[in-house]
Amino acid sequence: MAEFSLPANSKVRKDGRVFKAPAGATNIRVFKIYRFDPDLAENPRLDSYEVDMDACGPMVLDALIKIKNEIDPTLSFRRSCREGICGSCAMNIDGKNGLACVSACADVKQDVKIYPLPHMPVIKDLVPDLTNFYAQYASIKPWLQTRTPAPPDSERMQTKEDQEKVDRPSACILCACCSTSCPSYWWNSDRYLGPAALLAAYRWIVDSRDEAAGERLDYLEDPFRLYRCHTIMNCTEACPKDLNPAKAIGEIKQMMAHRRH
Amino acid sequence: MSLRSPLGRVLGLGSAKAGTDHWWAQRVSAVALIPLSLWFVISLLALPALDYSTVRAWLSFPLSGFLAVLLVAVLTYHSYLGTNEVIEDYVHAAGVKLFWLLLLRFLYVLVGGASIFAILRVAFGS
Repeated sequence: MAEFSLPANSKVRKDGRVFKAPAGATNIRVFKIYRFDPDLAENPRLDSYEVDMDACGPMVLDALIKIKNEIDPTLSFRRSCREGICGSCAMNIDGKNGLACVSACADVKQDVKIYPLPHMPVIKDLVPDLTNFYAQYASIKPWLQTRTPAPPDSERMQTKEDQEKVDRPSACILCACCSTSCPSYWWNSDRYLGPAALLAAYRWIVDSRDEAAGERLDYLEDPFRLYRCHTIMNCTEACPKDLNPAKAIGEIKQMMAHRRH
Repeated sequence: MSLRSPLGRVLGLGSAKAGTDHWWAQRVSAVALIPLSLWFVISLLALPALDYSTVRAWLSFPLSGFLAVLLVAVLTYHSYLGTNEVIEDYVHAAGVKLFWLLLLRFLYVLVGGASIFAILRVAFGS
């Protein structure tokens, strides 16, 4: 059955550690952060860090880096570009999936609660295991497939209108915010491809230069791979790049119907 | 513990090449239910009384009886499609899943069949 409560070894302990702000700090915010260490034989816990915001950048990632540098170096999280283009720092902030680098602390009322992406295996602290997510992306063959040889003296041409069809879906950074916000993905991630992989599939299906749309649709036409989507649109809500995976999935379903009728 | 590659696990048993008919049927039956339900509610409200003899007289009109049977059939089918989806979403253990899928199929044939039989009996008297 679907899991509506956490397994016994994943339940979050209430007795997290508390790190006080340095004396004299006036602008204090509390960050409550999910901590899990695979080397300790104990359940995850929620640690509280008091951060002096007068000596900290405005974004959640700034606070995390400050905590790691100055308060607790054992805290683990992924980050790279700090400007919303690499997708590394995807996590659950204040109950919503998003990128820590483009989420402002000021947008969160009260304490800033930070958890790893929901319903994913946790490697350590805020670092989820995305192996299955990446394998699903690889499975849709995210590259141009053609039978017509490329022109010998130029690139494959595409009209401006056709380029616009793939322009937005191509902006996906594979941060996994969408897929891990989707209940269908929570319950069936072993068989349902999830919004991120389906948006990527859509990006190649509608590419005017690609010649494998039929094979791509064949691969997706499955009660679990595609049709676990029930259009609740959490994916579109979660996307930090303002993309619309739900619409892409809807259009894939329409293409499925179109090639039958 | 399995040493199968992550991609191998995702590719699994391959595409079932199915789901589109289910998706289509769910939408077609939903569209059909709009006029059928409206007709049903409006007809009942238009009846002078809701006692057995009035409703029975109404159901014995060929059009009323026919549409009532149609409503029950489409409603049952649509509901079956939906609950089947719920099982696929939430039940994962193979044995339990098979049990529910069988139970649903039997239950819907039983409920739909009994309802249609009841309507026909009322419509045709006896």
